[in-house]
Amino acid sequence: MQHWSTTLTNFFTGLGLPEAAALAIAFIIGATALAIFAPTLALGLIWITRKIVSRIQDRIGPNRVGPFGLLQTVADAAKLLSKEDISPTEADRVAYNLAPIISVFGVIMSTTVIAFAPGIIGADLHVGVLFLVALGSLGILSALMAGWSSNNKYALLAGFRVIAQLLSYEIPMVLAMLGPVLLVGSMRLQALSEFQSLEIAGFNIGLGWTAFVMPAVFLIYFISALAEGEQTPFDLLEAESELIAGFHIEYSGMKFAMFFLAQFLNSFFLGAIAVMLFLGGWQGPFVDQLPILGVVYFLGKSMLVYAVIQWIKGTYPRVRIDQMMAFAWKVLVPMVLGLILWQMMALKLPAPTWVQYAAILIGNLGAIAWIVVILNRHFLNEEVRTKRAFEPASLIGTMQPAPPSGD
Amino acid sequence: MVPLNWYLVLAALIFSSGLYASLARRNAIAALMGIELMLNAVNINLVAFWRYGEFVEQLDGQVFALFVIAVAAAEVAVGLALVISVYRSRKTVNLDELDLLQG
Amino acid sequence: MPGLDALPFPLPTVQQIIFVLIAGMTVTGALITALAPNLFHNALGLVLAFFGVAGVYVLLEAEFLAISQVLVYVGAIATLITFAIMLTRGMMFGRTSSTNRLMLSAAIISVLFFLVMTGLLVSVAWPEAGAELASSEQMIADLGELFVTTYLIPFELMALLLLAALAGAILLARD
Repeated sequence: MQHWSTTLTNFFTGLGLPEAAALAIAFIIGATALAIFAPTLALGLIWITRKIVSRIQDRIGPNRVGPFGLLQTVADAAKLLSKEDISPTEADRVAYNLAPIISVFGVIMSTTVIAFAPGIIGADLHVGVLFLVALGSLGILSALMAGWSSNNKYALLAGFRVIAQLLSYEIPMVLAMLGPVLLVGSMRLQALSEFQSLEIAGFNIGLGWTAFVMPAVFLIYFISALAEGEQTPFDLLEAESELIAGFHIEYSGMKFAMFFLAQFLNSFFLGAIAVMLFLGGWQGPFVDQLPILGVVYFLGKSMLVYAVIQWIKGTYPRVRIDQMMAFAWKVLVPMVLGLILWQMMALKLPAPTWVQYAAILIGNLGAIAWIVVILNRHFLNEEVRTKRAFEPASLIGTMQPAPPSGD
Repeated sequence: MVPLNWYLVLAALIFSSGLYASLARRNAIAALMGIELMLNAVNINLVAFWRYGEFVEQLDGQVFALFVIAVAAAEVAVGLALVISVYRSRKTVNLDELDLLQG
Repeated sequence: MPGLDALPFPLPTVQQIIFVLIAGMTVTGALITALAPNLFHNALGLVLAFFGVAGVYVLLEAEFLAISQVLVYVGAIATLITFAIMLTRGMMFGRTSSTNRLMLSAAIISVLFFLVMTGLLVSVAWPEAGAELASSEQMIADLGELFVTTYLIPFELMALLLLAALAGAILLARD
């Protein structure tokens, strides 16, 4: 399908405008649409989060403001807007005010390379996947600036922790992103989505997902995306009972709202990247005949992934910082390196394509089975250690006599 | 098209700023920042000469620039580790006060 | 458009305007890095300069290099430098001058160097426009091929260098 900018430009030149002006207007319309899409999406995301987490916690969640509480986020935004903008006296002016802006900037920039439908993508960069990785470094920079410029020991320490977490999990995430890129042979996100089609009797049902060939790599990417987006079980930043509020202790009002917005959008877009790389992107039945259906499929799949992330958020407890770092460096990085090496060797086998894919699948399933075996052994050990397995089936005969009364 | 000498003048300007920063700053880390600026200026030169040269199909300019980026990363890591180590033993990163070897 | 051909100087093209904007950003970042008294502002200026240089690479149609620049320099080196600034607390002890006793001669040398270079550069007749480039996707594949064929030994040596730097930095920074 034609790129949307070509269609719009032709429309404007048909109206009589010169070529350069038509191009500029088309791209300005596209950029404005994306810039409006992201915060509006955030409103819906916050509502979804609160509803899902509250239902898991056996309560109703917001249901007063608007039907089903849909306008609750608008009310929250209005409250945050009306708050007094307090800044610490000794805070570094430039960095303190710039940090939330850079945080949101990095996240909204990632909407430009997301492939919504066969022709609808902001800019089909040849290095699209790498661009998404580079935008993660903007988030790290903003956390650094916020932690340092708040002139607060606790903000600085929390900033260090968050940066350690983000940097450590960026490595398995990037290596896991390398999996589908190696399979498809291109870093263009449209090429990745177009690759994941499945033709049955000449009809594309769009189920040729990369996750079916490399489930372990998808799992590793998903876990790293949870950590990069600071979602449970890696949400030390949001742990309000531990180290207060992390690196945005000293932020109030609209600046805090920007960090909040950036965090929600970040986790959604990491899920959207997972959909694009592993779950077929905009592929689905009838996408060839009606390309606009791609938007529906893509947003639907991304919302599903986001709902799963919120499901995990309501279910699992938090991990400690040292457990988190150990998990990243000692488990995820070797595993993903081994998986990528196996995949590279499998892709060079002098055999037909389906044999290569089967070899990759066997490698991934082997990695998952190995982890399951180790986990099983670990749980058995823990059970033996805490002596629960040796508790008697009934407590009769083990009760101690009551202490003599009156003493 | 942008003339080639614009890119080269930009690179010269960044190089001079880096030169000043690494020579005239008191803090060791500021001097290292000057070195990073100089390396970036050199990279701009390399890529500009690759683009405006005769053999654009041969990507040697970009490969060279990528090697420079990697070497800069290694050098800044070791340099900063040295600075932190010096800070731990001398309690200062002021280049004027690190004069033990001075005659 | 008619009427603008009668101007005495040629209108700048869109590319030249964009180049001037990006160059302005880079030079601002470089000057902030060199001249600002606050050390943390130097680090921020350095980040701005890195982004500007990445923009220059995009103008020169080296996309992969631009993204690598942002990834390595901003994502890793700027973070390292900011960490080192925080860990050494060099900016917290009094408001001493940020330049040492060599400031005057360094300034003279830098300005002289820049003037000599600029004088040299504008006096040479460089080629006006570069040749047309092939598709960028093919260029990334060609880059990868170059790394493992012609430049294989520097590539492996680079890996060795990074490993040595990693081990050395960890050893130096341990207590």
